[in-house]
Amino acid sequence: MLTYLWHLLLLFAEFFKTGLFAVGGGLATVPFIRDMGATYGWITEAEIANIIAIAESTPGPIGVNAATYVGYLVCGIPGAILATLGLVTPSVIIIILVAKAIKKYYDSHMVQSLFRALRPAAIGLITAAGFSLLLTSLGVKANFTRFVFSANWYSLLKLGIYGVFTFFAFWKKTAKIHPLFYILTGGALGAILSL
Amino acid sequence: MSLWKLYLMFLKIGSLMIGGGYSMLPLLIRELVERHQIITEDELTDYMAVAQCTPGVIAINTATFVGYKVRRVVGAIVASLGVITVPMILITLIAAVLKNLMQYDIVAHIFAGIRLAVCALITASVFKLFKKTVTTLTTFILFLLAFLFVAVGGISPVFVVIGAAIIGLSWGGLKKC
Repeated sequence: MLTYLWHLLLLFAEFFKTGLFAVGGGLATVPFIRDMGATYGWITEAEIANIIAIAESTPGPIGVNAATYVGYLVCGIPGAILATLGLVTPSVIIIILVAKAIKKYYDSHMVQSLFRALRPAAIGLITAAGFSLLLTSLGVKANFTRFVFSANWYSLLKLGIYGVFTFFAFWKKTAKIHPLFYILTGGALGAILSL
Repeated sequence: MSLWKLYLMFLKIGSLMIGGGYSMLPLLIRELVERHQIITEDELTDYMAVAQCTPGVIAINTATFVGYKVRRVVGAIVASLGVITVPMILITLIAAVLKNLMQYDIVAHIFAGIRLAVCALITASVFKLFKKTVTTLTTFILFLLAFLFVAVGGISPVFVVIGAAIIGLSWGGLKKC
């Protein structure tokens, strides 16, 4: 019982640490989880690969999904809850502080010029993330610094489907359709065409 | 907006986002900017920029920002809880019952199709933000550099955000002189 409670506490603390130091989104949590596996023997490398696959293809933030999964493996449902709350707590605290500061100085000259440069860069970053998600979804492996590129015939079919979806997402008459509809259609197409 | 409504809205966003932080972008634009008009496109871009370079999960950071804007600290907590509720239940179920869910081919196919739809939605959303923000040559250069550094150069987004912040601040400082 005592070891169980100790592990619960450890889960919260370890994922709190992850939430505090993992900068740059969900996949940045993976090295921390690997570290937990090495230190406490909570998870194996194979399980980590499993976690990433499941976390990436199910709804929700990847980091949250990974924390819930590890927490459940170690301590059942209470573990899942505590690991997830541990991961989220630093984010919430830090962002509340940042939001307070921004709110106070938002109209100041400095913050305005800060965001004027930050906004286009942020859109560049989102485009880059979307681009890499697209390559993965098309089944294309590319590394531009090492000139590696591989794809298969299915990639072309997937590119076509992506193209049709994109057309509808832009076309004025269909652009107002709720994202959920696209997601359902995508799932159905995936099942029918065995993507 | 009531706390309950805020919670439900982020519950919906959390259960529909597949593929990590940016897949919430189309949903955020639809729900927050267009439908409820809680924040503007500019604010959303600002939140995303800060969420990138602050520690933690990007989706939670963004939810906290929006929640704080709507109902301060309580709103921030409620919005974040909304995002994690459904994924937490779902992943627990998968870990408990359906450990081998991903081994069924049909499940993998369904998710492969969903990801294509999500990519299309992200493309349209990013274009919306692009049109709004990238209006001058300077902003286009900043956009292009950020994209190339990360997509081609493999540099961490954190450094790009810090670099852009330094450019913005020195720019503002120069103008003031």
